[in-house]
Amino acid sequence: MREGIKGSYDLLVIGAGPGGYVAAIRAAQLGMDVACVESESREGGLGGVCLNWGCIPTKAMLESAALARRIKDDAADFGVKVKAYELDMAAATGRSRQVSDRLTKGIKFLFDRNGVMPIFGRAKLAGDKKVTVELKSGERTTVSTSNIIIATGSRPKTFPGFEFDGERVISSREALELKRLPGHIVVVGAGSIGMEFADIFNAFGANVTVVEILPQLLPLEDTEIAGVVERSFKKRGIKVKKKTGVKSLAKLDKKLQVTVEGSSGEEVIECDALLMAVGRVPNVEDLGLETAGVKLDDQGWIQTDGFCLTTTEGIYAIGDVAGAPMLAHKASHEGRIAAEHIAGQPTHPITPYDVPSCTYCHPEVASIGRTEKQAKENGFDVTVGKFPFSANGRALAAGSPDGMVKIVADAKYREVLGVHMVGHHVTELVAEAGLGRALESTVDEIAATVHAHPTLSETLMEAALAALGRAIHI
Amino acid sequence: MASRIVMSKLSPTMEEGRVLKWVKQEGESVDSGDVVVEIETDKATMEVEAMGSGVLRKVLVEENATVPTGTLLGVIAAEDEDISSILQEAAPAAAATTAPATESGARAALPDQPASPARAGDGGRIKASPLARRMASQSGIRLDQVRGSGPGGRIIKRDIEAAMGAGLAAPTAAPATPAPEIEYDIPYQRVELSQLRKAIARNLVQSLGPIPHFFLTREIDMGEVLKLRAELNDALLESGVRIGVNDILVKTAAQALTEHPDVNAAFAGDHIRRFTRVDIGIAVAVPDGLITPVLRDVAHMRLREISEASREMIARARDRKLAPEEYQGATFTISNLGMYGVDEFTAVINPPAATILAVGATQERPVVVDGAVEIRPRMRVTLSCDHRAVDGAMGAEFLATFAAMLENPLRQLL
Repeated sequence: MREGIKGSYDLLVIGAGPGGYVAAIRAAQLGMDVACVESESREGGLGGVCLNWGCIPTKAMLESAALARRIKDDAADFGVKVKAYELDMAAATGRSRQVSDRLTKGIKFLFDRNGVMPIFGRAKLAGDKKVTVELKSGERTTVSTSNIIIATGSRPKTFPGFEFDGERVISSREALELKRLPGHIVVVGAGSIGMEFADIFNAFGANVTVVEILPQLLPLEDTEIAGVVERSFKKRGIKVKKKTGVKSLAKLDKKLQVTVEGSSGEEVIECDALLMAVGRVPNVEDLGLETAGVKLDDQGWIQTDGFCLTTTEGIYAIGDVAGAPMLAHKASHEGRIAAEHIAGQPTHPITPYDVPSCTYCHPEVASIGRTEKQAKENGFDVTVGKFPFSANGRALAAGSPDGMVKIVADAKYREVLGVHMVGHHVTELVAEAGLGRALESTVDEIAATVHAHPTLSETLMEAALAALGRAIHI
Repeated sequence: MASRIVMSKLSPTMEEGRVLKWVKQEGESVDSGDVVVEIETDKATMEVEAMGSGVLRKVLVEENATVPTGTLLGVIAAEDEDISSILQEAAPAAAATTAPATESGARAALPDQPASPARAGDGGRIKASPLARRMASQSGIRLDQVRGSGPGGRIIKRDIEAAMGAGLAAPTAAPATPAPEIEYDIPYQRVELSQLRKAIARNLVQSLGPIPHFFLTREIDMGEVLKLRAELNDALLESGVRIGVNDILVKTAAQALTEHPDVNAAFAGDHIRRFTRVDIGIAVAVPDGLITPVLRDVAHMRLREISEASREMIARARDRKLAPEEYQGATFTISNLGMYGVDEFTAVINPPAATILAVGATQERPVVVDGAVEIRPRMRVTLSCDHRAVDGAMGAEFLATFAAMLENPLRQLL
């Protein structure tokens, strides 16, 4: 196991998730001698939560969910009569694992090609640019390194009294490996993770109740956009309880009893499983951070600057462990910034409003930049342009008229402050908005760009025209 | 073509410089823009960039040697090019051909050179984001005065915001502070603001707001100038050209500014732009306000050219036929109210320049010359200075040179 591990590296990356593996590859491209330590025992092990237990397998499950819904709700309308079909949660889960495996193997291949040394074990900072690694075999080895990138990510959190038991009180991780579909599942937390699982379980036929303490589903998204999703969820029979918190949990033999408290008082919900999607905590324990002088902020995340540098020279932290937004693409981008900063290459800190956010429930939600409310709070004189999917040819042809694109622009300079989307495949449309912001396009440039017809992307152009007061198709 | 590396005069006080380090060695190939040698002046260490591509063929001054400004330090040329004639050249001759001095790392704002990679050259495209363009145009900021910090020197939002902060413009200042509604029972006629009047209000509010002005007044004996003008006009009688006193003031100011480059400057937020070309604006009254046609590179214009060009531009200014680039971006401005009988006045600085010269009427006044009272034609001028860029002594020295040149026009030939 120790074979091939050298005594010193230019860069040691701790964690091979979407932050760590990208940082490692980028650093190798820049000529550094790089090793990447990964503690996960799972075969392959690379890719972190994103590839193994997060972004990717959930997307595979959501595709199964979408197909199930299409067959159930739309096939006959579309002229495809399906006489009999069966939903097989285990098969869907199996497929999602295969997708994950294929990608994690891909990372091994990329490491090999770029000369990044993967080390499987637990790393601990030993101070003075040294890292001790406890290998799988139990053996310990100490490696010297000029630079360190901490990319240890985060894990699901829960509340006291709602501890995970791996079977009935579960996190997103166990939800991806359920052998049986629960009859009724309560999802606590209506952020991206909660909403996606609510969608999956609903499509496979479970009763689903979503409990959210805030007055809005997807609380970080634009209120109007979240409203479209809520209507769609309710139409499909998903129960939604907003402004409602969980109080206590009783585990009976067969059932769980969850006591919740909302505006109308307390209520006991009986269910078979409880999915806690109430946030994540950073993996900062047992890393030797204190020894190395790496400080945490008051929320418990590793404190970093715009170039991901921690309070200790030569030690960087990227991705979830360095704080919100906890998104794989933010982690990957920070990985590039950190590697480039170490190499002395010109690089730029991320602008918070330039990180897109996507939720892959149905209808999908995607956004970048400020919401209408934030823009107003920031003191902008705001102009809004909206365009509904019900007026878009491609959306109608796809049988997906639910949705809209909303552009929030500054009235003075017509800067695109935010773009908020809900509807069919909008997670693929948000990149255009991101490019627009990166290039500092104004609403005018988006409106003036020729968009192919018929495409969903026309909705963005029309929303831009609407912001200028001259939408054509509405 | 061979290019020379010369110990440039990098500051007005610099007489000599020391070769600190040759970054390129003899025989090494060099691309235009590469740092070739580091030199140390009395104030700072500077990197000297290659003005052409080729091979560093000859190093003439060793490291640590101190040489006068103008000394030829080395030659860059093609591998097989004959450079013997260059090597024979006298050092001072080389000095005369050096490029304008630029501060290392801050080669901003030479009006005739790219101020930043954002500009492709004269008439070239300025790379700027659509948002930056709109912000600039609404704020009255000229993109060619902004240094781009985006990819490839592209001007982006933060650059315009920085320019606004630096006082290159602040368009909202005027509209943001509307005059209070005056509700007296006095009859009045409401005059709507023309675009020009709005622009003046905007610029001048911006000026007296963020720009700390101070004023230097001096009286100048104009006897020699009036005599010279008469002689010149006699000589030009048949050509139809007539030299005005103002033309002589423009020419003299350009000469004096060349001697005092620290006054030919602008304060730009995080740096001062010392312009290496003298562009003089001439304030012209027009029916609805004033406009300042700009004569470019006046230091290299002959008096007769100044006279013809200013006459032509002033005529077009009165007809409102000047293009924006013809009335913006002066490095120095002359405002002359002498024809209205004004003895002296103070003028408000017109950004981005750091100075403006207010010229009063030339009048017969009794002065003491060699112990006796004499009646002499005297003119009072007041220099307004942006204290952020120009200090009292700097302005006073410039005025002293300006006055000496007018009182003894032959000095300009020196």
